Amino acid sequence: MELTINGSKHQVDIEADTPLLWVLRDELGMTGTKYGCGLAQCGACTVLVDGQATRSCVTPVESVAGTSIVTIEAIADDPVGQKVVEAWVSNQVPQCGYCQSGQVMAATALLKQSPQPTEEDIAGAMVNLCRCGTYNAIAAAVRQAAQA
Amino acid sequence: MNEMTTTELGATTLPADGPLNLSRRGFLGAAAGALILGVNLPAGRARAQAAVPAIVPGTRVSAFLEIRPDSTVLFRSAFIEGGQGIFTAMAQIVGEELDVDPTHFVIECAPPGPDYLLTGGGRFTGGSMSVRMSYDAMRKLGASGRHMLLQAAATQLNVPISELTTEPGRVVHAASGQARPYGEIAEAAAALPVPTDVVLRKISDFRWIGKSVPRLDVRDKSTGKINYSIDQKVDGMLLAAVQHSPRLGGEPGALANEAEVKAMPGVHSIHRLPGAVAVLADSWWRARRAVETLQVTWSEPAAGTAHAMPADFSSEAHMEKLKAISEEGVAFETVGDAAAALGSAATVIEATYDAPYLVHGQLEPPSALVRWNEDGTLEMWIPNQAPDMFQGDAAKVAGIAPEKVIVHSQILGGFFGRHFLYPASNPYPQAILLSKAAGRPVKLIWSREEEFLRDTLRPMAAARFRAGLDASGLPVALSAVTIGEGPVGRLFGRQPDKVDGSTVEGIAGKVYAIPNRRVGQFHVDDPAMIGFWRSVGHSMNDFFYETFFDEMADAGKQDPFELRLSLLAESPRHRTLLQAVVDLSWGWKRGPFTADDGTVRARGIAMASPFATEVATIAEVSLRDGEIVVHDVWVAIDPGSIVNPAVIDSQVASAVALGLSSALLEQVVYVGGVPQARNYDGYPILPPERMPRVHVRIVESGAMPMGGIGEPGLPGVPPAVANAVAVLTGQRVRSLPMSKTVFKGLNG
Ligand code: FES
Ligand code: FES
Repeated sequence: MELTINGSKHQVDIEADTPLLWVLRDELGMTGTKYGCGLAQCGACTVLVDGQATRSCVTPVESVAGTSIVTIEAIADDPVGQKVVEAWVSNQVPQCGYCQSGQVMAATALLKQSPQPTEEDIAGAMVNLCRCGTYNAIAAAVRQAAQA
Repeated sequence: MNEMTTTELGATTLPADGPLNLSRRGFLGAAAGALILGVNLPAGRARAQAAVPAIVPGTRVSAFLEIRPDSTVLFRSAFIEGGQGIFTAMAQIVGEELDVDPTHFVIECAPPGPDYLLTGGGRFTGGSMSVRMSYDAMRKLGASGRHMLLQAAATQLNVPISELTTEPGRVVHAASGQARPYGEIAEAAAALPVPTDVVLRKISDFRWIGKSVPRLDVRDKSTGKINYSIDQKVDGMLLAAVQHSPRLGGEPGALANEAEVKAMPGVHSIHRLPGAVAVLADSWWRARRAVETLQVTWSEPAAGTAHAMPADFSSEAHMEKLKAISEEGVAFETVGDAAAALGSAATVIEATYDAPYLVHGQLEPPSALVRWNEDGTLEMWIPNQAPDMFQGDAAKVAGIAPEKVIVHSQILGGFFGRHFLYPASNPYPQAILLSKAAGRPVKLIWSREEEFLRDTLRPMAAARFRAGLDASGLPVALSAVTIGEGPVGRLFGRQPDKVDGSTVEGIAGKVYAIPNRRVGQFHVDDPAMIGFWRSVGHSMNDFFYETFFDEMADAGKQDPFELRLSLLAESPRHRTLLQAVVDLSWGWKRGPFTADDGTVRARGIAMASPFATEVATIAEVSLRDGEIVVHDVWVAIDPGSIVNPAVIDSQVASAVALGLSSALLEQVVYVGGVPQARNYDGYPILPPERMPRVHVRIVESGAMPMGGIGEPGLPGVPPAVANAVAVLTGQRVRSLPMSKTVFKGLNG
């Protein structure tokens, strides 16, 4: 099966129902995308599939063949992603950091679709869990990235 | 090797030939192999060195610091970073004295060893202790390093040391206009003795301590570049997944479909472990799928198995048992005569409170990467909060000497007390056995479901209170008994006639001037595996006490803020703090009142004294569809003195989130000996839409000793919320979490 990840093509030979998360982490060695729950509960595994924030832990790899997948590893190649990262840094968002790959990807997806999000847009899109409670800093950073 | 490189800082007696700093590792750019220097010593010399007194933790510059040719500093931290900002704090403290900008530090976690035993003679990252236990030592360490650099520069420039000074990252000779970057003189400095006495910077001259220096790891954590334990890899490793016995103590019996599972894609081998089965495979997903396909018959725990989980264990029934106990228990704190004062009080009130089991729920599931090396050493990449303890335990599991266990402590994807050495709760013993059996490196990851099955729990407990009020409604007597078991006693040994302080902290040691008090504890074995959870006993005891305090206030027709203030008449530090949180929230208003958005709201207040820090908290709440909405939380926090205000702000926000999560949502429920929730779907944690605004005021009273920061923001949150809810609804929440209760506003 052929996957397009961060603009590069990868051939993977794996059971078709393997979650994308584990293809990224184990087959391709891209460990920036995190495993938190495996059950679409936390969002640590969020990647972009054709621009949509997608929980890769419950996404069978066969369902994303032929799509464009973007992971945190390529975040700096994306102009919106860059803005998000800069806002994350200036708001000092991460604590333990474990959820933050997924948070940054979710924010990037939001700002690609709604460059000037309302508070409701932000609340609706930024639903990933953070056990360290960085939620207020996340929302502030999203607002700042939208202004940048 | 370490014994050979002993030098002592601040020791009054030194070996006759003066302190030696044989390790070039410290200041050398290339660290590889540097420690081998020790074995090149003549035998006689080595013996002489062996007689040098034991290493004084936190004194050997070379063990901590390596200045690289580009003048950046590699620093080995005794404490482990897990989001609390300790690496940045270390860079600030050491950099201040060494005269290096904290942003020029690269920090890694130090290996096990005597140099790093900075937590009361041991080493752990917890108890909100890291900064306060090491602050003085780390300042001296940085100052010693700076002095060695000055000496080296004095020699090179051939000028008296008194004519030299430093600027960040370099030594400067003002008279001649010459300068030497640290990186150029580091090697020469490393050859010098560590000074025995150094002068520390004046506090008024601090540039970085006390400032909001940006955290060092934020960019890497915003771009997915930080590797946690779960991300580590070594050549040739197999991935492992386990299925645990549903109840602790059960052992794997027959595997009904072993051949079928063995034939699944990528499967390398199937293993029986103590209390678990494991599959090794070429990817973790394949290992997990295979191990969960295995049909295992689990034995009943053998008689006498320690902490075997009973088949009929119900957390609800256990709580009923705790609450039904009417004993007075062993006294822990006695002031005046509570029994007599209760007997003669005008009014007596009583109430029983309880709080449930909690999991840590850190977002990174536990893992362990283990490799046996050809030289007989065992290497482990693991999450942990206490490297030396893990090293010792791993050595026992592996059957080798502790010094043969190499521990690479990883940055933690959250911890909150999760990564202490707890029996049956850590994956590395399994990984050691699996790696040995397979003859290959193994990375074992516990699925979230296995984690929620084997995490140690914040214990459940009940607390019974009685208070006596005088005719004017002021409290004159308070008697409290906590019922349950604490983690300190469980893990470090309990003496039956003594109270485990972790069961009463937050109820004992309160600052209010109530003349007659008794705090007791009645021990009941907890059938579950229990451990430390952010703020430990305070996480529930402050809820019990501070909520009951408002019950006393209500019974005596006192305003809860005014009553607290009056009972703190003799304690200016606490009065100041209480006033600070009230000022921060634009004045005390208890409510109910109608906010600008039309919602009816109320406020609650609470105080806490955890980990040598003082905290006052106010929460503002309303109701929406019978559910509590927390709008704002104001926290005034006084740790005495501080290192990084921005880190304090974020640690308080984090503690508020976790405290609120526990107050509103969290409980581990056991039925038939098994936990009912195995993932976040059944164990909800605070989601973003329930996060309140958090306002923090830091009060630097200068009180000594310095207090902690990581945990103290938490304990005041549940009682502040519960007290606000009582105002708003007239309903006293005495049992957590609040999601068990459907609330009605005062008007129905
Ligand atoms: S790991 Fe995918 S949502 Fe939690
Ligand atoms: S920063 Fe730790 S889980 Fe979000």
